[in-house]
Amino acid sequence: MHSFWIYLLVMAGVTYLVRMLPLVLVKKKITNRFLLSFLYYIPYAVLSVMTIPASLYATGSLATAAVGVAVALVLSWRKKSLIVVAAGAVAGVLCAYLVITYLLPALG
Amino acid sequence: MKKKSAFMAGLVDGLPICFGYLSVSFAFGIFAVGSGLTVWETLFISMTNVTSAGQLAAVPIITLGGTLAELASSQFVINLRYALMSISLSQRLDGSMTLPHRLAVAFVNTDEVFAVAASRPELVGKRYLYGLILTPYLGWSTGTLVGAAVGDLLPAFLTSALGIAIYGMFLAIIIPKAREDRPTAVCVVLAAVLSCLFRYVPLLSRVPSGFVIIICAVAASVVMAIVSPIPEKAQGESEVAEDA
Repeated sequence: MHSFWIYLLVMAGVTYLVRMLPLVLVKKKITNRFLLSFLYYIPYAVLSVMTIPASLYATGSLATAAVGVAVALVLSWRKKSLIVVAAGAVAGVLCAYLVITYLLPALG
Repeated sequence: MKKKSAFMAGLVDGLPICFGYLSVSFAFGIFAVGSGLTVWETLFISMTNVTSAGQLAAVPIITLGGTLAELASSQFVINLRYALMSISLSQRLDGSMTLPHRLAVAFVNTDEVFAVAASRPELVGKRYLYGLILTPYLGWSTGTLVGAAVGDLLPAFLTSALGIAIYGMFLAIIIPKAREDRPTAVCVVLAAVLSCLFRYVPLLSRVPSGFVIIICAVAASVVMAIVSPIPEKAQGESEVAEDA
């Protein structure tokens, strides 16, 4: 356990250096094919690891989260913009919540 | 006159990014405060980092008292993609982007800012880039503050529904790319399977979340870089070389 400010300094420092150093220092093309390939895949691998399975626990209900993820998958498959996919996922979760909370009990 | 229009062109291009960031950072604000950070701590994180995935991974490390090594290495690996983007962007800058401006623009070189800047047909200069990063930065900070401050005034079902927004954004980045590029799709599935192993297999599930992201993402990317290296001329830099 450390002070919040130490954590903030470390994360902001690392994030900035990763962005800044290549922009300032790289003057010529990278040619190492393995390195280029690794850098090519890493963003998608990172986002995948962060999304699966964590997204299914994002709403506190496996069922509503699954609906939200399903809506996001369909919208992103159709190449909708970032905000449309994000909003669609939220709408999917809300619809699922309403159905589970009000409609299903009413149906008995 | 031309200088002014370059700034305005950047400003206009940045607006859609700003709106996207408002909703995602709003969800981040709710998430961070819900995890135990204060409103101001949450705002400072957004104002000094400007990165969705890195911030999301950092919050549990901070609130659960993780080590600085875990925090630093998770930020390094999660944000390593920015190094590639900065390398690519460095070859698309015109003569106005001297050292001080590179130092400033690097601060807000996010996925979306990079994608827009790199897709411009011409080399980009400082005025365009400052216009481009202005509203996304304000949107990211403002959305975080509002989410952190009034997120708990919203009904619980609504705030928990908003928690899915940031993952929707991630999927909006992953899926279109995976659909077009088979090796990327394989990489995404491989990373997801590894991630699930670390979540559900008894001993593996004890590994701290920051390290899980590093281990799984590096493993999947190394495997794919070996079995399916990208074609020699697939990178953005080669396009610049052809233009030159």
